[in-house]
Amino acid sequence: MENLIGLLVLAPLLGAAVLLCGGRRLDRAGHWVGTLLAAVSFVIGVVLFAYLLGRSGDDRELGVTVFSWVPVGGFRADVGFQLDQLSMTFVLLITGVGSLIHLYSVGYMAHDERRRRFFGYLNLFLAAMLLLVLADNYLLLYVGWEGVGLASFLLIGFWQHKPSAATAAKKAFLVNRVGDMGLSIAIMLMFTTFGTFAFGPVLGGADGAGEGRLTAIGLMLLLAACGKSAQVPLQSWLGDAMEGPTPVSALIHAATMVTAGVYLIVRSGAIFEGAPDAQTAVVTVGAVTLLFGAIVGCAKDDIKKALAGSTMSQIGYMILAAGLGPVGYVFAIMHLVTHGFFKAGLFLGAGSVMHAMDDEVDMRHYGGLRTYMPITFVTFGLGYLAIIGFPGLSGFFSKDKIIEAAFAKGGTEGWILGGAALLGAAITAYYMTRVMLMTFFGEKRWQPAPSPAEPGAEPAAAHGAGELPHPHEAPRTMTVPMIVLAVGSVFAGGLFTVNNAFVKWLEPVTGHEEGHSPVSALTVTAATMAVLVVGVALAWAQYGRRPVPVTAPRGSLLTRAARRDLLQDDFNHVVLVRGGEHLTRSLVYVDHTVVDGVVNGTAASVGGLSGRMRKLQNGYARSYAVSMFGGAAVLIAATLLMRAV
Amino acid sequence: MNPVNYLYLAALLFTVGAAGVLIRRNAIVLFMCIELMLNACNLAFVTFSRMHGNLDGQVIAFFTMVVAAAEVVIGLAIIVTIFRSRHSASVDDSGLLKL
Repeated sequence: MENLIGLLVLAPLLGAAVLLCGGRRLDRAGHWVGTLLAAVSFVIGVVLFAYLLGRSGDDRELGVTVFSWVPVGGFRADVGFQLDQLSMTFVLLITGVGSLIHLYSVGYMAHDERRRRFFGYLNLFLAAMLLLVLADNYLLLYVGWEGVGLASFLLIGFWQHKPSAATAAKKAFLVNRVGDMGLSIAIMLMFTTFGTFAFGPVLGGADGAGEGRLTAIGLMLLLAACGKSAQVPLQSWLGDAMEGPTPVSALIHAATMVTAGVYLIVRSGAIFEGAPDAQTAVVTVGAVTLLFGAIVGCAKDDIKKALAGSTMSQIGYMILAAGLGPVGYVFAIMHLVTHGFFKAGLFLGAGSVMHAMDDEVDMRHYGGLRTYMPITFVTFGLGYLAIIGFPGLSGFFSKDKIIEAAFAKGGTEGWILGGAALLGAAITAYYMTRVMLMTFFGEKRWQPAPSPAEPGAEPAAAHGAGELPHPHEAPRTMTVPMIVLAVGSVFAGGLFTVNNAFVKWLEPVTGHEEGHSPVSALTVTAATMAVLVVGVALAWAQYGRRPVPVTAPRGSLLTRAARRDLLQDDFNHVVLVRGGEHLTRSLVYVDHTVVDGVVNGTAASVGGLSGRMRKLQNGYARSYAVSMFGGAAVLIAATLLMRAV
Repeated sequence: MNPVNYLYLAALLFTVGAAGVLIRRNAIVLFMCIELMLNACNLAFVTFSRMHGNLDGQVIAFFTMVVAAAEVVIGLAIIVTIFRSRHSASVDDSGLLKL
């Protein structure tokens, strides 16, 4: 059974190697090879899951060391895998949702001539993410972490002929580097503290290390999580990452990439429990991001960017829960899984809508699509109900638990966190209702396809410029994954909650405590329902009752700021870019004056001296004779002098 | 006769030779001055041999003569060649190797 774990990673990796090295011969079948290998990985995951279920709760950890990677003296790094309930959950999510997205991409990328390469990258993405969650030490986890960064770079910039996509890919990569720096520093700190990277000794020995050390490691891990999971202050890449093809957005937001930060924090729980300050930082980041993302999501007219804001906000919920300690770990992961279902479903739905509307992304140019695309409408609608936390659907169970756990933190802190989470739920209801109403309801606001001659315009897909789009339902390969994900968004949460199944499943790994909330669970649920109704009603009043203007109104100061990602890019530009420019300029100045001055001065003085010495070689034999005689005279004089002394 | 007087003579001859080397330009004269210096040395060696009562100085004098003879052969050949090609025996004119 242990050997199967390696195969989990190997299958998609093999797919990536075959597809990327196989050349044009594979152009016709490449997409099916990629999908098949992702599915193989999923099947292996299911087999392992069944095997784990057959064992008792405390005995569900499989480990295998594949080979010794860097054995140098006291330094030891192995390539080893560890499969426990936490990794298993991730494996099923990654391979399951990943396979569905592969299947969807077969239809979505049907007309792209670089489709084979696209599937190679998708497989690489899966393999890297699987390596990340299956590694049994932090160094191997780091390999997967970087692999995810690379794959996201390749996929976000897949349409590299668009300058905006190329820039977005670079931005994502650079912002991620900042987080990666945090992870590498954390790993170095771990090595100096514990002398190893393996999960067992590091997490088991966390109690013995000083609190200062643990806080430092925890904060660095948080920085890493912020980069990968798009949390404030490293969230700016996520919105631009929408430049990639829609299946990539779905993959990044649901199964791979952004969930890595949550995994890292939950996996390193023992470190954070020993460092309350780091935990406070984690919950602060989570609470700030969940509001930040929600506000950004309210203002965006681009359907994918609105969903991206929503992801940021939902991941904020997970980070918040992960920062609460054992009270929240399980719910963080549970929300992660349910979010994986409905966010993947929403993105695939958005992709289907864009497909039908000739790659139009502005929701102000949609409207009334529900009759034209019934399957997309129903699946997207179910995802929508799940994300806002409609009673009985997935999001309701997981989000409600997180809000409860936030209140259970106790004291003023608990009220602040709980309040933020509740407010976030209201805003979520508002912006998701807005997306729903603007896309599927109301009157048609369709615009003619942009003329291809226009600079920067995408060539119209199916028909000529200047015509209105003819929306149609997507092909079978695209609707099937959407339906499966919709089913998941509806039932996953309930299934997890029945008999407390999910808590019992994860408890041996992450530990679990029941929170003692100052407000009863029923009150929290009632409050959540109340804010949900308020959010939906507000959105209805604004976008359902009144016609939606085709061009965006100027909006209030907050709206305009939110459209610009709450001035995050401007802040980065003024503080980091300008600051960096000034720093480099002053460094260049120092280099030119001081460093070059020393070097040039040395060269000039040596040159001048040798020029003077050259004059001695004047070519007159008699002057050489003089120096010879002079030298001899000096030598004799010196000898005599030494004698005398 | 006091052997020290021979040393004085040797020193005088050497000085005359050195001054000639430093002052004159003609390669032949320069050469003769060098010979003068060599022979001044020879005189000194022989004198020292006499003063110390052994033959070391005499032997060295013979060596010097052999070296001087060889030197004259090569040196004169070079001077003649230079004179033929450049029509001048002045050492100041032959500065071709100078940068």
